Amino acid sequence: MSEPSSEFSLEMTINGRRQTGRCEARKSLGDFLRDDAGYTGVHLGCEHGVCGACTVIVDGKAVRSCLMLAVQADGAEITTVEGLADADGTFHPVQAAMRDEHALQCGFCTPGVVCTLAALTAGDAKPSEEQMLAAMSGHICRCTGYQGIRRAITRLAAGAAA
Amino acid sequence: MKPAPFDYAAPATIAEACALLAESGGGATILAGGQTLMPLLNLRMSQPFIIVDINKIAALKGIARTDAGIRIGPATRQADALGDALLAAELPVFVEALSNVGHHQTRNRGTIGGSVALGEPAAEMPATAVALGATIEVQSARGTRQIPAHDFYLGPYMTVLEPDELVTGIHYPAWPSGHVILFREVAQRPGDFALVGLVGALALEGGVITRAGIAWFGMGPTPIKARAAEAALLGKSIDAIDSAAIAELAISETAPFSDHHASAEYRRTVGRRIFTRTLSEALNIRRAA
Repeated sequence: MSEPSSEFSLEMTINGRRQTGRCEARKSLGDFLRDDAGYTGVHLGCEHGVCGACTVIVDGKAVRSCLMLAVQADGAEITTVEGLADADGTFHPVQAAMRDEHALQCGFCTPGVVCTLAALTAGDAKPSEEQMLAAMSGHICRCTGYQGIRRAITRLAAGAAA
Repeated sequence: MKPAPFDYAAPATIAEACALLAESGGGATILAGGQTLMPLLNLRMSQPFIIVDINKIAALKGIARTDAGIRIGPATRQADALGDALLAAELPVFVEALSNVGHHQTRNRGTIGGSVALGEPAAEMPATAVALGATIEVQSARGTRQIPAHDFYLGPYMTVLEPDELVTGIHYPAWPSGHVILFREVAQRPGDFALVGLVGALALEGGVITRAGIAWFGMGPTPIKARAAEAALLGKSIDAIDSAAIAELAISETAPFSDHHASAEYRRTVGRRIFTRTLSEALNIRRAA
């Protein structure tokens, strides 16, 4: 990709599956995930980095998929909200905490919130309640008044400490 | 809301990147973290012919001690700098300022150099570079140059960078251990640009200030170095400082805007108060120690 071009062939891993594609350089990662790869759990809201709904996990980090070009994710490992639950449908701990605390209503912002919290709590990471709450500044939720999300975070922090 | 078509290249070396910038005749835009550029592309406020992505250039990443301080590669992610042990130990005010840049998710992509080179006047990183006396290393196919941060900014989003130039490093001079750190910003929400902010450091020897670096952000068209306040602090004992008088000097050099977030008068009033409070609290802690 050191030669300038307006179109590229890509290969990345999405939710554990190899995905290949060809797309214009100007295509955002969010659009690639939705339109080319079919992961419509990636919710594109504002498309200029304000709302956080399109947040996905790229190489272990929560990032806004509207603020990254698909071509930049060539070779990357990506997790969307579709890739978090177990194959048998058992919820990821973040999803379970969100459900148990009624942390969503319309659900538009939810995939982004879940991806941020899943990235923060991945592996042996034990983020504090304060760290998880601080990361929520990057998400806008218009339904819940955030209190359900706060409770889900409290529950996750308690689970992590246990 | 999609960007206008463009060509894209991700060169592996600084020389290749500089060659692309030179060939483009000013039609290129450098893509670092993309956390400001991508919105501008999506909104079509920016329509470059070619995007030069510097994320694959290893030489532009990393944080290292040098003979005179700390050098940060411009493509270093903000999140990586935030977790860096060397910066935490030697430039804690930089880390404090950085923790206020954007959000967790944008810091995972956003870079130090992108923020410094963009020149948003209400942003933390340009003011921090000015306050701490940083030097910005720049390269093009024509050669290299070193620009003091306080000469780098011309106006909102305007810098002395030529279209064919690439920032290749930001050098922060060492501040002696035990220096006093000053940081305070007022923003409407966490992660928002500051309405008013100040950042700085004071070096002490036996309770006397031997070096002062202070800058405002959100208080004019560029980061504003508080030169009169710095001069008034130099050589003073920390027991003999009238924080309110120093704040008045610092405010006298600002040129805040009125916009829909706050009036210029609001910014001056709040600026005066946070300067006085931040300076006196920092000095009180030092006197008590």
